[in-house]
Amino acid sequence: MTDRHERLRQLAARRLRFASVLTGAMIVLYFGFILSIAFNKELMGRLLRPGLSLGILAGAVVIVASWLMTWVYIRWANNTYDRELAELQQ
Amino acid sequence: MNALLQAAVADSLRPVTKIGEPNGVAMAFFFVFIAITLGITYWAARKTRTTEDFYAAGRSITAGQNGFALAGDYMSAASFLGIAGLVSTTGFDGLIYSTGWLVGWPVVLFLIAEPLRNLGKYTFADVLAARLKQTPVRIAAAIGTLATVIFYLIAQMVGAGGLIKLMFGLTYETAVMIVGAAMIAYVLFGGMIATTWVQIVKAVLLLGGATLLALMVLSKFGFSPVALFAAAAAQYGDAMLAPGKQVANPWDAVSLGMALMFGTAGLPHILMRFYTVPDAKAARKSVFYATGLIGFFYLMTFILGFGAMVLVGPDAIKAVDKGGNMAAPLLAETLGGTPFLGFIAAVAFATILAVVAGLTLSGAAALSHDLWVSVARKGQATAHEQLRVARIATVVLGVIAVGLGIIFKGQNVAFMVSLAFAIAASSNFPALLLAIFWRRVTTTGVVTSMVLGTASTLLLIWFSPTIQVDILKHEGAWFALKNPALVTIPLSFLTGIVGSLLTSDRVAAEKFDAVERRMHLGEATP
Repeated sequence: MTDRHERLRQLAARRLRFASVLTGAMIVLYFGFILSIAFNKELMGRLLRPGLSLGILAGAVVIVASWLMTWVYIRWANNTYDRELAELQQ
Repeated sequence: MNALLQAAVADSLRPVTKIGEPNGVAMAFFFVFIAITLGITYWAARKTRTTEDFYAAGRSITAGQNGFALAGDYMSAASFLGIAGLVSTTGFDGLIYSTGWLVGWPVVLFLIAEPLRNLGKYTFADVLAARLKQTPVRIAAAIGTLATVIFYLIAQMVGAGGLIKLMFGLTYETAVMIVGAAMIAYVLFGGMIATTWVQIVKAVLLLGGATLLALMVLSKFGFSPVALFAAAAAQYGDAMLAPGKQVANPWDAVSLGMALMFGTAGLPHILMRFYTVPDAKAARKSVFYATGLIGFFYLMTFILGFGAMVLVGPDAIKAVDKGGNMAAPLLAETLGGTPFLGFIAAVAFATILAVVAGLTLSGAAALSHDLWVSVARKGQATAHEQLRVARIATVVLGVIAVGLGIIFKGQNVAFMVSLAFAIAASSNFPALLLAIFWRRVTTTGVVTSMVLGTASTLLLIWFSPTIQVDILKHEGAWFALKNPALVTIPLSFLTGIVGSLLTSDRVAAEKFDAVERRMHLGEATP
């Protein structure tokens, strides 16, 4: 019982750590984007080619990257986390 | 008709458009949508027997269905019409919203969705009440919920009235009452089952309509978005592709960003959806689907916005509606004539209707499940009474929404959506996070944090340029930021932490291990 309790505590801590790292990465990603728009407008307005500014590319990248981060979490949770939960429940 | 004609003559800039005239195709599509959704409601009503059906669709919604329903609940008319309009008139600045509305979703997934599903029953207050004292936390959570829901509802109702008037030629009051009557019917008779399926139908229509429109735009530019942006830059200058006037005060952009990022994780009508799926794993997957759908939709707003800029023109768009809200319908008319305009107009109407139904249900749950059943009746209400009170609360909230919609007619209420997000981010989100993950949290800490979070947000909005300068026409404002989240989110966390450290809550600490176990293993495990 105490062993199982200890293992659950460790798994809970691991999940919280992983979730915090991913949340931190989201904050860096999005506020990196917003702060560059707010404080370095020229950089974000630079044209990479006619019709494509760095800002537009960055905006699209933020959207796609957000989705990929949910995929990273889902993969970890569906494999590692769920497997360890199943072991604990036995 | 006469007034419309005069308006058309008075404004020589107005392009040739059928917007504002009764549109047969729009009416037809709209009646088909109403007929289908009322059919769904009739089917759902026969399946709605218990409070679990009414609030949580009997926990029978699959992850994929819930992904669409979450997307449907979240993609409001503001995101479809508002962002397209903003991009078509200001270019890049509008895209700041496209990204901002999405980045809250990963946060919902990482921190909230699964614990919420395993710890609660119907509302997010259930999660707080798992460890803390029922009565005070439920009252505080109901205040946070109702404040969020009411401001969100007012914005949707006023927007709906204006849009429908513009698109169908109905009077404002009639439009608001039609929206109110339909939403009360969905929620009252069909509960969460009907509301979920209305969201799914709406999400499919909105995504389908927007995709079709985007493909028609791209077909004019060799299916290259970059060629479209280049055409916009060639006509209106490269400045359209760079940050501009909307971000004059950088801290405004950061503050709004914080409200959007953390507000999503505190929206009661979104959180409530996680109770409709069978388990935490399904809740997790549904956020992945929803994020994909919503992200795809916001990527398309890039194309719709710049498409309207190039093919319709900013001046023509502003001539129809100063706020630019008619950009997407005008684009549809340019590309597909009156029938396509009618289709897009009906989609916009369906969008609003679905969002207000979801909001009403979550507000009714706060009134009936949190305030009446748990606080007033101390959990002693029979199943029959619970269901009856939930239905009375639905009607009360629906009538209030219609009334407020009519009272706020013609007011500038665009700020109310960001206000709702700011309250959700500074009241509901910090409380949830502290109650789920922090052993040392106390009832006093959470309650003061929620009350102060809501109160400080309301107060700072009142003293902000949004109200003082834009609405009351004063010279300046005492508080510099348009959105207070930059101040109120840290304030709320700080209050929760300091308040908890200064008090002690033995029960909350003792229950931590049991609640943590339930959070991971779910209800059924011993």
